[in-house]
Amino acid sequence: MSAILIVEQVLNGLQFGIMLFLMAAGLTLIFGVMGLINLAHGSLYMVGAFAAAWVAGATGSFLLALAAALAAAAAAGALVEMLVIRRLYKAAHLDQVLATFALILIFSEGTRYVFGSFPLFLDIPDCLSGPVTLPGGIQYPLYRLVLIGAGILVALGLWWLTTRTRVGIQIRAGENDREMIAALGINITRLYTLVFAIGAALAGLAGALVGAIQSVQVGMGEPVLILAFVVIVIGGIGSIRGAFIGALLVGLTDTLGGIFLPELFKLFMEGGAATQTGSALAAMAVYILMGFVLIWRPSGLFGSRA
Amino acid sequence: MSEPVLATHGLMKSFGALIATDNVSIDLHPGEIHAIIGPNGAGKSTLIGQISGSLASDAGRIELLGQDVTRLRTAARAQAGLGRTFQISALAMEDSVFENVLLGAVAATSGAWSLFMPVARKVALTERAMQALDRVGLAYAKDTRCADLSHGQRRQLEVAVALTLAPKAFLMDEPMAGLGAEGSRNLTGFLDGLRSEAPILLVEHDMDAVFALADRISVLVYGRVIATGTVEDIRASDAVREAYLGESA
Amino acid sequence: MIPERFINASVIAGLLAVPLWALMADEIFTITLTTRAVILALAAVGLNIALGMGGLVSFGHAVFFGIGGYAMGILAFHAQTFAPLELGPLTIEGTKSMPVIWLVATVASALTALVIGLLSLRTTGVHFIMITLAFGQLFFYFTISWSAYGGEDGLSIYVRNSFPDLNTLVPIQFLGLCFAALCLALLLQWRLRNSAFGLALNAARQTPQRVETVGLNPMRLKLLAFVISGAITGLAGALFADLNRFVSPTMFSWQLSGELIILIIIGGVGRLMGPVIGAAIFVTLEHWLGGLTDFWHIWLGVILLVIVLFGRGGVIGLLTGKEGPHV
Repeated sequence: MSAILIVEQVLNGLQFGIMLFLMAAGLTLIFGVMGLINLAHGSLYMVGAFAAAWVAGATGSFLLALAAALAAAAAAGALVEMLVIRRLYKAAHLDQVLATFALILIFSEGTRYVFGSFPLFLDIPDCLSGPVTLPGGIQYPLYRLVLIGAGILVALGLWWLTTRTRVGIQIRAGENDREMIAALGINITRLYTLVFAIGAALAGLAGALVGAIQSVQVGMGEPVLILAFVVIVIGGIGSIRGAFIGALLVGLTDTLGGIFLPELFKLFMEGGAATQTGSALAAMAVYILMGFVLIWRPSGLFGSRA
Repeated sequence: MSEPVLATHGLMKSFGALIATDNVSIDLHPGEIHAIIGPNGAGKSTLIGQISGSLASDAGRIELLGQDVTRLRTAARAQAGLGRTFQISALAMEDSVFENVLLGAVAATSGAWSLFMPVARKVALTERAMQALDRVGLAYAKDTRCADLSHGQRRQLEVAVALTLAPKAFLMDEPMAGLGAEGSRNLTGFLDGLRSEAPILLVEHDMDAVFALADRISVLVYGRVIATGTVEDIRASDAVREAYLGESA
Repeated sequence: MIPERFINASVIAGLLAVPLWALMADEIFTITLTTRAVILALAAVGLNIALGMGGLVSFGHAVFFGIGGYAMGILAFHAQTFAPLELGPLTIEGTKSMPVIWLVATVASALTALVIGLLSLRTTGVHFIMITLAFGQLFFYFTISWSAYGGEDGLSIYVRNSFPDLNTLVPIQFLGLCFAALCLALLLQWRLRNSAFGLALNAARQTPQRVETVGLNPMRLKLLAFVISGAITGLAGALFADLNRFVSPTMFSWQLSGELIILIIIGGVGRLMGPVIGAAIFVTLEHWLGGLTDFWHIWLGVILLVIVLFGRGGVIGLLTGKEGPHV
């Protein structure tokens, strides 16, 4: 166990956490403003990844692929919002869960129908591939560093959007009082579509960025979606700051747990059993983390009230 | 004077910078109706919440029949003999009127608690439930779905559920609210007779009802009890006139 | 409009008639399909106690289904390998006896439900949905990494477990067992609904503060409902494992949790026969649409959307013209 390995794994954890944040930010924004629990958020992640892979395959340009991912996910989000989601804002949570579950079925099978069951691949562009040498002589893939940087930029952008711009002020007003902003003459229907599309675009971006280091396939969104749920439960539903902290916690716990828990158990167990116990525990680590946070604070770290 | 059935000592509750109740000490003696009045925002709802147990107090003590119930949860206070009615009806809206009172009868009857025995077959329970409906004059509507009741009927049902508990003290949160003149008169007549069964701590906006019913009145302003006394005392009090009646008159 | 009582009787009659017809026509596959529907219905009857009666939108009921399944898988695995299970100082012999397996499955699921319920019921609404979902994932990933019992590949049991005086290898006899379990669960739910507990639970779903004010603890009522619910779904999991003679982590998958909710929604939330009608329709759709197209989940999604957006109350709501309980 070397310092290099530790730094590497911490960076991997950060990168994973930042990508989770892109998912969780949209989820928590949509819940905070519209009170909607959206299971189909993972489908928008998948839409972004497929759009990027397809455009990259056709044009060879990674930037165009990213733009396509943002556009496709935002458009899919806006379309779904206008056709289905806006009928659900006042519905019971159960109805929201079921309707968005139905959307997952439609999106997943629809994508399988168009692209088939085999995974697509999205290549890291040449200028971003290969390792860089960090201070201390650590070799680390440049692309992953770029992911971390891009995620932090998006987080800053979101912070700027929600606190410093007119739309952001409207969004935050919408969280507090729907009637109020309707009374101010703001078109709430359009605002909701916009918020949903922003959340969708973030998910699509995450899908495209991660698509370059994993394979792009049907069903890729749901495991990430559920982890994003864990993130916002930990951070407090509706809080973007909570989503950020929660995402980093979950990303680090999951990555470091997978590496270090088996090692930890080797200190007082024999090899095979230690690896077995350690990796089983690591698989559950983020959920155990969530359990402890809930015992301590049922409404999450930055949640107002459950 | 006899021992109080219900008493609070120095109750405090604040929400952030807002002090909702400030050192509230009131008591309720057997056979009396003690009315709490005060302008909106005086802390009446907070006080009800603290006494019933839905709000934890920052400081102070609540006693029911000489027993300290400050640390007890709502359900335990109900079991100890506190019968509360809600200002905004908290009824099972999808269920019938009868099922709503039956719930009270079940909860109040030890030994009714069986997982599998059909509850409608227990004569003692159904009788207890019907009796309560009869007393508030709602027996005719026993099979009506609660959601289909008029506002006034819901108020009656609120009182009926509390009756099934046979409480040692009633805690009523604006039972007259939204009743018409006739409904208000009927309920006033009913509460008048009820005080001999168990005393009533009555939070009420309807001044006609308060002056007709109350043995004592406490006036709550900005979370403080500024006066407690008989109807005559309160009418004559300069402090009350200034702080409360003066404003609304 | 048709009275619910009549619908209930028709459903039971249909459940009896289909396998009888299949037996006479020698349609073994139909018997297997019916068995699948009956077992899924049993799982959903369990969920309906939490969801329909208690208003608890559990998106993690696959946990109990999976625990029931693995209870069967582990006990039968140790029996077929003749290697007892060593749990510290405890040595447990495997078994192929269904009654023993069912008991273990039910108790283990109930205990798990108690723990999950204690944690999850601290929250309500969306939190509850997400937390139960997360617990499902916890078990899913745990079984994947648990290589002693097959990990991701799952466990195969070569011969169906046995029941005294019956030959469970004969499809109709196994169906009979599952059918009996379903009827018992329905009877249990019916008795619960009319009991003091059912009355209080029903009120706790609608207005917890009322239930507190009459001196009952709504949280305890819901916890008990959750435990009973988990136990029944666990039993269904053990039967499902025996039907397929196979258990794998997919029994814990969140899709399965979702499908159990869908069954109830199709039939009618909180209705006695809702899960049964839902399971019958689901298995029929799965078989029929699945035969027509590889992409039948699209159509399932569309049907589900239509039911949620336009058809509150499911099939029973449609037939009786009465909305069921709101969750």
